[in-house]
Amino acid sequence: MNGLAFILIAIVTVAAALAAATLRSLMHAALSFAVALVGIAAFFFLLGAEFVGLALVFIYIGAVAVLIVFTILLTRRDVGKTRGFKWGGAIVAAAVFGGLIWSILKTQSLAIVAPHMPGLTVKQIGATLMTTYVWPLLCVGVLLTAALIGALILVIEEKR
Amino acid sequence: MVDYLWMIPAVPLGASLVILSLSNARRKSATALAVIGQVLALAMSVLAFAATLQVPGFRAVRNFTWFTFGEQTLRLGSVLDPLAAAMLVMITLVGLWIFVFSVGYMAEDKNFTRFFAYLSFFSGAMLGLVIANSLLLLFIFWELVGLASYLLIGFWIERPGAAAAAKKAFITTRIGDMGFFLGMLWLYGRSGTLLFYDGGNGCLENGGLAMLGTSPAVAGFIALLIFCGAAGKSGQFPLHVWLPDAMEGPTPVSALIHAATMVAAGVFLVARVYPLFLLGAINGVTSSLTVVVWIGVTTALMAALIAIAQEDIKRILAYSTISQLGLMMVSLGVGGVAAGIMHLLTHGFFKALLFLGAGSVIHGCHGEQDIRKMGGLRGLMPVTFVTYAIGMMALSGVPLFFSGGWTKEEILHATAHWPRSHAPYYLMLAGVVLTALYMTRQIIYVFFGNPRAAAERAHESPRVMTMPLIVLALCAIFLSVVLTPAWPWLHAYLTGEPVRFEITRLLQPMLFISLAVVGAGIGVGIWIYRKAGVPDRDRPAEIDPLEYAQPGLFRFLANKMWIDEFYEGTVVAFSWIGARFSDWMDRYFWDGLVRGFGAIGQLFGTFTASVDERGINAGVDETTAGTRGLGRVISAAHSGQIQTYLGAIAIGMLALLLLYAWLA
Amino acid sequence: MTPSLQVFLIVSAAVFSIGLLAALSRRHAIFILIGIEMMLAAANLNFIAFWRFNPQPKQPIGVMIALFAIAIAAAEAAVGLALVIAVYRHYRTTNVDQLDQLKG
Repeated sequence: MNGLAFILIAIVTVAAALAAATLRSLMHAALSFAVALVGIAAFFFLLGAEFVGLALVFIYIGAVAVLIVFTILLTRRDVGKTRGFKWGGAIVAAAVFGGLIWSILKTQSLAIVAPHMPGLTVKQIGATLMTTYVWPLLCVGVLLTAALIGALILVIEEKR
Repeated sequence: MVDYLWMIPAVPLGASLVILSLSNARRKSATALAVIGQVLALAMSVLAFAATLQVPGFRAVRNFTWFTFGEQTLRLGSVLDPLAAAMLVMITLVGLWIFVFSVGYMAEDKNFTRFFAYLSFFSGAMLGLVIANSLLLLFIFWELVGLASYLLIGFWIERPGAAAAAKKAFITTRIGDMGFFLGMLWLYGRSGTLLFYDGGNGCLENGGLAMLGTSPAVAGFIALLIFCGAAGKSGQFPLHVWLPDAMEGPTPVSALIHAATMVAAGVFLVARVYPLFLLGAINGVTSSLTVVVWIGVTTALMAALIAIAQEDIKRILAYSTISQLGLMMVSLGVGGVAAGIMHLLTHGFFKALLFLGAGSVIHGCHGEQDIRKMGGLRGLMPVTFVTYAIGMMALSGVPLFFSGGWTKEEILHATAHWPRSHAPYYLMLAGVVLTALYMTRQIIYVFFGNPRAAAERAHESPRVMTMPLIVLALCAIFLSVVLTPAWPWLHAYLTGEPVRFEITRLLQPMLFISLAVVGAGIGVGIWIYRKAGVPDRDRPAEIDPLEYAQPGLFRFLANKMWIDEFYEGTVVAFSWIGARFSDWMDRYFWDGLVRGFGAIGQLFGTFTASVDERGINAGVDETTAGTRGLGRVISAAHSGQIQTYLGAIAIGMLALLLLYAWLA
Repeated sequence: MTPSLQVFLIVSAAVFSIGLLAALSRRHAIFILIGIEMMLAAANLNFIAFWRFNPQPKQPIGVMIALFAIAIAAAEAAVGLALVIAVYRHYRTTNVDQLDQLKG
């Protein structure tokens, strides 16, 4: 792995995430969110899980982020003026961050170097999905169907 | 026969109940039921009488257990012996003819059916009384007879005089009954049984009498307590005051109850429990019997004297009844039990005859009862006159043809042979004179002379009323057949001795003495009263000859020797004070106590209420308020804002994470 | 220099915290959803990092978990956004401070 690539991607991701959390304008925040997701996908590529990275791009950025933008557009109405920043939440988040960092640094077993690893092919992923993980796959299928129906029901306007 | 004895009182009692359920208009049904009931009772009484003739001294007993309490049982029963059988026949026979007489006498009364219901009820109760084998059962019927008397004396309820007389009768006899009840309790406590005859263990038999102890004092006291009841019921001095007032009732009632039967119950009771009187007797004399004798003598003389000065036709007969009852008590006291009972039986017949005759006279004179306003009815009411004369002669004691004479003879014979004293004999002779005297006076006033006032429009009574008079008169005469000393069948029957016919016994010196005495009485009466009701020299018509001669004495006797007024001033006044005191106590003292307790309860209630109100309620309220406050405080954490919840989750997760990391 | 596992984990923790920050400190409902999606992505990164530094030769467990997590996250985002739209239609607001009907 290239350390430089890592640092670059890390900076981009964290900055975009911060922007997504703190920007006042909703649209700008949503777009920064998409950039942060790109950074995470790059990380996945870096770690050798190319398929997951692409899946992330397609699903997260292509579907979820777009959905968020659509929802923002649908729920406009003087809501741009969301003023106020709750500092209580910032403190909690900072506390969580601190706690996580402390526990990571404390655990000695995590300071290891990446071993050599053969590449993961899509064929391998497909085979594993269809054999070992077929039940979770089916369940996720059911879950997605249910979520689809549920979301539809939630937003259908009743005929008067 | 003794097993069916209970049917004899049951039939008239049942008839009474049925008549009570009939409406007032059904007179014929009421009459039929009452008369048929009485006839059936008479038929069964005759059968019972016949059964007792089998053997001298017959006694059959049927006892049954009424209820048991713990280990003791209360047994009742009926007894059939000559005493009971003779009483049964007399009561049903006299009763039947009085029922028939009442059909005519009460024909215009609007409460006709109620009258016959009460008459039947009385008849049943009286019959039950004479066949009772237990003192308790006798007492029960005793009280029922008293109730019937009360209902019948006060039959004309709209008359205040009748209501007062009924009350007086009931209360006076109640005083006597209290003694009766005490005696009964004492007897039960001592001997453990109230049955008269119980195979040797009854209270009148040796077994029971032995339990009363060796000294005759206990038996004597018990006997005297029971005699209190007899004195009340039979109108002995000093409890006689109710009998003359009882004449307020209709005349058939006076005839049946206060002449022939109920008042005889006291004498019957004494005869029944005679062994109690006789326990420990020396020569046939005990202290209790002596008391009986002297009370009887006092009663007989006092009543005879008062009767001379009365002008109400029924009151004369009432005092005559009291006097004769006194005579019967004397007879029982001196030991002539059979003689006394025989006189009771014959007295029942001729006294009923006299009362019914008086009723006929009253009916004929259209309700007039004052003898000074009658007269000369001899020609206007011949049947009544003849039958009344027969009754009068029987009562006066004219011997030979009239039953009353023979029985009075027996009594005098018994009193003459009393070891204790001869005074009763002489005093009773005086009583015989007085009896003849007042009866002669009455007959002369009512039937002889010229008709005065109401008697002018008098007419003979209808046949339904004269028929019983004739029948009873015939009975009064023909009973003498079994009463003569030549063939003293009734005496032997009652005492259980064998009997022989001896004509020589007819000629006794005592017979001539009594003949002379009665003759003297009648003669003196005729001589004094021959001009009664008509003016004579200085005496105006309406003043009695005796009153003219001795006004002070006459007034004393006419006012019943002021005994009623004496009671009014002492006993009645005393009970008034007691009643007022009790009323005051009840109103202020006991009520006050009760109200005081109530106030205490109320105080407790108020106290508890306030504790509940201020203490418990307030405590609970405070607790709930506190809980609510706490809840409000806690629910403030549920702000409803998801970011708060999310933050809480994050912090919780952080804590767990740190814990894990630290522990690892 | 080759980054160690710890570095990856630190970055993932940072993104996670920033997602938490977004979820807790903004008033708009959509920001909360954005935050949640960011937290899920950070968790996926965690899984992949662990898988890379400790691979199972036979089964790509980490990858599987990440794949499924992505699918579920997508479903959850869809439902969540539908909810936001429904709430907006009813209450005419997306300010979560005003959505406190469950108070108390």
